[in-house]
Amino acid sequence: MHQYTSLEETPREWYEEVGLMSGLEIHQQLLTRKKLFCRCPAGRYSREWDAEILRHMRPTLSELGEYDGTALMEFRTRKQIVYHIHKETVCTYEFDDTPPFEINEEAVDIAIEIALLLNLKMVSELHIARKQYLDGSIPTGFQRTTILGVDGWIPYRDRRIGIIQLGLEEDACREVSDVGHVRTYITDRLGMPLVETVTAPEMHTPWDVAGVAQVLRRLARATGRVRTGPGAAREDVNVSVRGGRRCEIKGVSSIRRIPLLVHNEAFRQLGLLQIKDELAQRGVRPEALEVKWVDVTERIGRTRYWPVLQALREGQRARAVPLRRCAGLLRHPIGPGRSFLQEVSDRVSVVACIDQHPNVLSTDVTDGNLSADEWQAVRRAAGAGAQDAVVVVWGPVDDLQTACEEIVGRMRLACDGVPNETRQALADGTTCFERVLPGADRMYPDTDLPPKKLPDERVERMRTRLPELPWHRRQRYVEAGLPEQVAERLSVSPRAALFDRLAPRAPRHAGRLATLLADHFRWLQRKGLPVERVDEAFLEKALGLVEAGALRFEALPALVEHRARHGHDGGPEEVAGRLGLRPAGDAEVAEAIAAATAELPASSFRDAETAWRATMGRLMKMKKLRGRVDGAALGARVRELVGGQGGRP
Amino acid sequence: MSADSYKGYRDPALSVLRQFGVRVWSDAEVETTRGRFVGIILPRSETADADHIVLKLRNGYNVGLRHDTIRGMKEVGYKEAVYRIPSKDFPHDPAKPRVKLIGTGGTIASRLDYRTGAVIPAFSPGELYGSVPELADICNLETEKICAVFSENMGPEQWTKLATTIAAEIEKGVAGIVIGHGTDTMHHTAAILSFMVQDSPVPIVMVGSQRSSDRPSSDAAMNLIHSTRTAASGDIAEVMVCMFGPTSDQYGLLHRGTRVRKMHSSYRSTFRTISDIPLAMVDRNGVTPLRDDYKRRRHDRNVRLDTAFDEKVSIVYYYPNMAPDIIDSLVDNGYHGIVIAGTGLGHVNRPLYPALRRAHEKGVAVCMTVQTIWGFAQMYVYETGREIMELGVFPAANMLPEVAYVKLGWVLGHTRDLAEVERMMTTPINGEITEREPHNGYLVFQGGVPEVEEFIRSYRK
Repeated sequence: MHQYTSLEETPREWYEEVGLMSGLEIHQQLLTRKKLFCRCPAGRYSREWDAEILRHMRPTLSELGEYDGTALMEFRTRKQIVYHIHKETVCTYEFDDTPPFEINEEAVDIAIEIALLLNLKMVSELHIARKQYLDGSIPTGFQRTTILGVDGWIPYRDRRIGIIQLGLEEDACREVSDVGHVRTYITDRLGMPLVETVTAPEMHTPWDVAGVAQVLRRLARATGRVRTGPGAAREDVNVSVRGGRRCEIKGVSSIRRIPLLVHNEAFRQLGLLQIKDELAQRGVRPEALEVKWVDVTERIGRTRYWPVLQALREGQRARAVPLRRCAGLLRHPIGPGRSFLQEVSDRVSVVACIDQHPNVLSTDVTDGNLSADEWQAVRRAAGAGAQDAVVVVWGPVDDLQTACEEIVGRMRLACDGVPNETRQALADGTTCFERVLPGADRMYPDTDLPPKKLPDERVERMRTRLPELPWHRRQRYVEAGLPEQVAERLSVSPRAALFDRLAPRAPRHAGRLATLLADHFRWLQRKGLPVERVDEAFLEKALGLVEAGALRFEALPALVEHRARHGHDGGPEEVAGRLGLRPAGDAEVAEAIAAATAELPASSFRDAETAWRATMGRLMKMKKLRGRVDGAALGARVRELVGGQGGRP
Repeated sequence: MSADSYKGYRDPALSVLRQFGVRVWSDAEVETTRGRFVGIILPRSETADADHIVLKLRNGYNVGLRHDTIRGMKEVGYKEAVYRIPSKDFPHDPAKPRVKLIGTGGTIASRLDYRTGAVIPAFSPGELYGSVPELADICNLETEKICAVFSENMGPEQWTKLATTIAAEIEKGVAGIVIGHGTDTMHHTAAILSFMVQDSPVPIVMVGSQRSSDRPSSDAAMNLIHSTRTAASGDIAEVMVCMFGPTSDQYGLLHRGTRVRKMHSSYRSTFRTISDIPLAMVDRNGVTPLRDDYKRRRHDRNVRLDTAFDEKVSIVYYYPNMAPDIIDSLVDNGYHGIVIAGTGLGHVNRPLYPALRRAHEKGVAVCMTVQTIWGFAQMYVYETGREIMELGVFPAANMLPEVAYVKLGWVLGHTRDLAEVERMMTTPINGEITEREPHNGYLVFQGGVPEVEEFIRSYRK
């Protein structure tokens, strides 16, 4: 038995004991001006839409004449897919009414750069493939994708982690809603170039998974040519334990969330393996679990259990599905606060589209729902004995057949332990079923585009331009005297190269320049300001003014913010003049200090230290000298004027 | 090893395969200057260069390896892909109508060979049932392939064969005909069939797809369902084109074969009825007519087949500064008929006049259509038009240029008497000329205009 323990109290050795294996698929958007296969602007997001398109996805047959499991599942959902489109962010390519244009060369260059950083073996010709997605997240039903290199590695602690491949592909839609049989997507993100890095399943603790994700993120960012911000990098985490199977946890938007998700997935798989053993012990075979059901609408139609009562009043129907010799299994724990019934409920929700929760009840958990009499009536109707479990499901009558099939189907899968699934990460660190994990057969060549050569000259040209590795860069910054934390942040900042170019122009201000570029820019970016407006020439000129004494470095944050806010609005000197950021002369400083002290109460001057603090505080509030004096020099000047006297100057 | 062992490979890549004793479908380990790659060697596309070898990696992706990077190759296995379309017996239901699907090629019924990317036609009833099982709810389907050409290669030979096959099927008593056709020239074929197969008692429905059927979002399945529904139980006994109405998966439109035109190079909703409204809408459940003046389904088996065709016909798309030698060269090359797509109401420049007069004198029939696509050729309005008519050029009213082209070929197959040619050309057979253009026959909405934007926002595209 594996009793659930929290992430914090689980020792590393435990993961080894249960045979945890985990690998990553990291999706990182590239910083290009345009999308991958059309000329729409990249990185422009808008929830606005001005037209709508409706599509259905139809499974296509694999070459063996079989439907891919994922495809079949998606078809069973009978979903209508609605796309919201906006003329500014998408053209007719994204919604599949125009064939692809030639691949974006800027994106290919960035991808080559990242592939080289991952020590991959580069192919000599790119072949565009179609990777099928039938959830509707891409209107074509497939993602255009291509492999640049295979079989590389990255350093992690004292070992190497294998990189299976790097693909360059187009991003998918953002889901807006998924209610009943209608799923709605917004298309703005669709077609944005991204690279997908796939690692070997060589991580064996939750912490290592997050650690490797960090290394990969830093490597990608070292190019300075990837997007940052919400949704720009997303991780899929593959997890299995010994005896279990690979499950893919999709769309993890933050590395910090990875350890708990991996930890909980390990426990979920262990729980499912226990259920498998129990089923084997009871001699339950999947083929013996028949899809049988009985309508129990009348029997529980007067229940006091509100969710059922309300649904039945709306005309929905209820069915009882007996599961022979499965008593007790539906309440078997599979993670914190989750039981196996949850897995059944997920399938009913996703495949049968009965997505008002709760959507199922079982004889394993009878507290707080149907009454004892009602449960007895259900049991009797289903012909269930003490060894049997019964699942009750309710919903629109058209969806109930699929629901009953899914309930029995999930129980059948349990006989085999852990099914291969794609699972969605939830905020509490658990996951829910999203779809059946797609097979390898979903790849096929894109006949719309010819192969593209990747000649040695091009690869070698990119190799000469490779950025410094982030850990080398960090070391260099530390050696140059930057504080460790600033060095760390700057080394992964997209403005690291800019720092390297600008730092020689302001040798006395390297530390402050680093903070300005790594932190202040980021802060402005988070406020939503377009920092790309602050061009290198502007900064160079401003630093020149600082060196010449015509401007204080302290004025730069305000200048930068102004530039980001208003774009080209005059040179730094002119803007500084307009914003009143010219350096303050001695007389002006003295005047300001006098004005500050005049506003202070006598009590502020009871001793030198208090007087100094109060005066400095007042000066800050007055903002008159902000950005116009050196902080340390001002402090000294105040001390000179008010300190030691114990009274007003 | 046979040549097939190196399918599509030419030197220098071919020599490399030979040198290391590997072939197409070898599961191979390849050492290159860029590293080691493992996968199955795929055939090379004939149109791709001769320098690269294509490998299908274990992950399903294909990559190309340049011949001169290869240091060594080793065959560790052999996995030939035998690709076939899955086929299930099409269920027969005596209560359901008989529909004949005639294939000409095109993408309506094809699947991709996932390994090579080659398109394989899916066509037998069993194959179609395997991919679109809904067809069995509609009809008993029979199929016959009369040719396998891209639609740009369709011509009089195929048209004649198609018309003859259709007439024979009608005489055998089918409830309706569906014709799978590439979309590029579907409107040319629809027009000529309207003249070659007249007074059909049953629907003749042309269908294709704008997205191939190997794609999950293909319009092929819905188009096939709509067209078989129309052929099986629809009441409109005319030659029609059945393709998407909007680009959304909502309904198809049935366009009269003589008034329809492909209007966008790639949109699903590319076919539009020009200068008029379509015959009907169609969805899974049936046909909803939009007008009443169509020919009704009959229960006889009488049809008039008339496959005359003179190939010496051309279209001249007029442009400013066109020189008379363009017309002269057609006349000198023995053409019997010329359709001009003129500017505006049907005009060409003055330097062409002597050439047009000469054409007329040599017995070449010259008729005028408009390159504006919508509207009538009305040559009496301006002096220019009147002058051109005096040269012997006659206006073809609001016949579409492509329709005028196939009709002129058909008419010249019957007579070369210029007066008779003009009479036959200007006497409509099935809507190729209409007496009046309704106000909603010309609707090219202009995006950006507020009320249009509002409309588009409220109805799915």
